[in-house]
Amino acid sequence: MTIDKQSIQDGAPPIVFRLDPGSGVPTYLQLVQQVEQALRLGYLSQGDQLPTVKDVVAALAINPNTVLKAYRELEHRGLAVGRPGQGTFIEGTLRHVGIAEQNSLRKALVAWLESADSAGLDEDGIVAIFHSALRDFREHRVTGRPAGRDRGAETGTGQVA
Amino acid sequence: MSVLEACNLGRRYRRTWALREFSVAVPAGHVVALVGPNGAGKTTLLHLAVGLTAATKGTVRVLDGLQPGCADALAGIGFVAQDAPLYRYLSVTDMLHLAGNLNRSWDAQAASSRIASLGLPRDKKVGALSGGQQAQLALTIALAKRPRLLILDEPLARLDPLARHEFMSLLMAAVAEDGLSVIFSSHVVAELERVADYLVVLNGGRLQVAGEVDDLLAAHRVLTGPADLAAAAAGQLNPVRSSVAGAQAHLLCRTSGPGEPVPSGFLAQPVSLEELVLAYLRDPSVVALPGPELAVRA
Repeated sequence: MTIDKQSIQDGAPPIVFRLDPGSGVPTYLQLVQQVEQALRLGYLSQGDQLPTVKDVVAALAINPNTVLKAYRELEHRGLAVGRPGQGTFIEGTLRHVGIAEQNSLRKALVAWLESADSAGLDEDGIVAIFHSALRDFREHRVTGRPAGRDRGAETGTGQVA
Repeated sequence: MSVLEACNLGRRYRRTWALREFSVAVPAGHVVALVGPNGAGKTTLLHLAVGLTAATKGTVRVLDGLQPGCADALAGIGFVAQDAPLYRYLSVTDMLHLAGNLNRSWDAQAASSRIASLGLPRDKKVGALSGGQQAQLALTIALAKRPRLLILDEPLARLDPLARHEFMSLLMAAVAEDGLSVIFSSHVVAELERVADYLVVLNGGRLQVAGEVDDLLAAHRVLTGPADLAAAAAGQLNPVRSSVAGAQAHLLCRTSGPGEPVPSGFLAQPVSLEELVLAYLRDPSVVALPGPELAVRA
């Protein structure tokens, strides 16, 4: 087994990206989510430099525009800032959710699970519903359109992702 | 800025049209995937663009209006033909030396440092290198002339998965560094989504789809619903492809955007690039070309 030298060198970027081609999540969004996850887990903190576009592209063999799009999205979410000629740096932090708040969210979820169970949904059905709802939610958040499919909406509202 | 412009371009071999009525304008700064089944006219189109064949009809221009094959076009375009043609009995060093003397511009330092970082053995004969290494050497040579446009004919066809990844890493890093445009042909559809941001689909010698990948994906969706409703919906929606079973039906349809309402009883899902390409290839009469109306039914 070999350990990638880059990851233990001094001055190397704090995180490396990986891709899951089967996840169905667009590539740029996978990068965004991994930065958010790294922030939550403490691998990244304010002032850290994200891997350069060239490094990411060379490691994952993806289109440079995909990385640029991911970094723009991070800037848009207020998590990173691009400094011309230097790179992209972590700027913001993700809001930490308190234990009490987490507990109350969990309670609401358990109540929902019970109602799903009594409606006759099995575990796989529950997971499928959750994933489909989460995907919709994520898409709406990214494209900035309102959650929930509005069937009465006028055609061609002209919103651009 | 455009890297490739064709107007009513056609090329006939004896009585067969390998390419016909082909019109496209590909803007600079893209990695363009040229996709189509075998015999669709991909190689013919690429040969027309580099000046290896002359057009029977119409015009083709490269790099903002240059005639293919003129001195400026030759200097501005790097071309790697199918199966990475190299001199098998030359060593890697001699192959680089030869290529350096055959090209008007040549960045010997960039070539050397790429060869070193790829770990290609310099004294080995080219024919003794693995298929993946030969492909990397051919790409290194094409990049060393510092082209504005790189044209690759089926670069991945004979490479194993690891060699493909390494080849694409090298290519994408060069794109990130130098900002060059790339046009590559492929019939491997599955791996395109990660690298290509512009898609051109050829089928039976005709242009079928052209456009930016993001735009194409945003302009299509899959509607899943009951089969009996699908027949009625298909009349209105004009699906690119519909697969209908006894109870359930999937319709791959064009959409004006995320704001377009979903027909009642149906569930809308995003489409993957592979699904989209295959759907078009299965029905050559359907085309999607850029314009005021993104999609037109032929």
